[in-house]
Amino acid sequence: MFDYLRYIRERNFPHIWCSGCGDGIVLKALIRAVDKLGISRDEMVMVSGIGCSSRTPGYVDINTLHTTHGRAIPFATGVKLANPKLHVIVVTGDGDATAIGGNHYIHAARRNIDLTVLLYNNYIYGMTGGQVSPTTPRGKRASTAPFGNQEPAFNISDLAEAAGASFVARGDVYHAQKLEKLIVKAVQKKGFSVVEILSPCPTAYGRRNRMAHPVKMMEWLRDQTVPVAKWERLSPEEREGKVRTGIIVDVDKVEYTETNDKLIESLKADK
Amino acid sequence: MAEEQSAAKKPAVIRVKLEWCKGCEICVAFCPRNVLEMEGGKVKVARPEDCTRCMLCELRCPDFAITVE
Ligand code: SF4
Ligand code: SF4
Ligand code: SF4
Repeated sequence: MFDYLRYIRERNFPHIWCSGCGDGIVLKALIRAVDKLGISRDEMVMVSGIGCSSRTPGYVDINTLHTTHGRAIPFATGVKLANPKLHVIVVTGDGDATAIGGNHYIHAARRNIDLTVLLYNNYIYGMTGGQVSPTTPRGKRASTAPFGNQEPAFNISDLAEAAGASFVARGDVYHAQKLEKLIVKAVQKKGFSVVEILSPCPTAYGRRNRMAHPVKMMEWLRDQTVPVAKWERLSPEEREGKVRTGIIVDVDKVEYTETNDKLIESLKADK
Repeated sequence: MAEEQSAAKKPAVIRVKLEWCKGCEICVAFCPRNVLEMEGGKVKVARPEDCTRCMLCELRCPDFAITVE
């Protein structure tokens, strides 16, 4: 048994998420990761935007900041620059980070600032009523796409990689233990780190796409995810309808707060 | 060693916080030993003696409602 009570704000429970929502499973993996990392809670700040996943900071007993829609990364950037010693974790969703906050997402990756972004991907806007998000797969239904979504979806892990992130991983809540390990690695990594987390939304997504039951959504996650090592051996046809999970990018690059600190030091020396 | 073995044989203690359980059935569906059941929209520990303490129910419960010791 893991003692989650040490880390949660118990008075806010039961939490607000719907029955079978994956966000609670992510929260637990995150808590176990924090425990494993052994970082003092005073040295950690969790920042979120708006959306179902962005409710996460309200449930954990660490320094938290609940900000505006799409702007979690800018707030987190400010926190990190003000005190680069802090471990700053951004909790956001597919709508928050890749639609409203899409520019912030790619430019923080380009800058390679040392933030950890936990990007819950539930393929839809849950909180506001099931609208299409940038990750809603083509053909899937949403309240704004009652006949099926016509648009191709963003692959948000590939997007982070292309924009310059130094660590990109994808996990899912069916494989909760693996997810915990990915979060640990992402926090330890110096540089912009993203963990895309596939987390089911039975209410807004499942109901419209023949997976209303939470168990159906978990089975779907189980069946569509393929570990990266196996993925490499699959043919393009076999990859159809599947997603790879595990570490996708892990490279060392120049990090933003370090160059910024150096600049400050050199300017001070010039005086 | 003998002590370890007897500890391993002790039946698992599975606790459910019914006020937090939202009845999603995830723990029931994915328990490899069929230990859990649904009853009145909440989980019920039906066969604790079959539990292997794999912890999967605790890991995947979204509501912090089930623990295994
Ligand atoms: S609407 Fe969807 S994402 Fe939001 S709490 Fe409910 S199940 Fe979770
Ligand atoms: S610990 Fe494993 S075997 Fe025991 S009840 Fe939970 S899922 Fe079933
Ligand atoms: S997984 Fe948790 S919330 Fe869902 S039925 Fe089991 S104990 Fe209840």
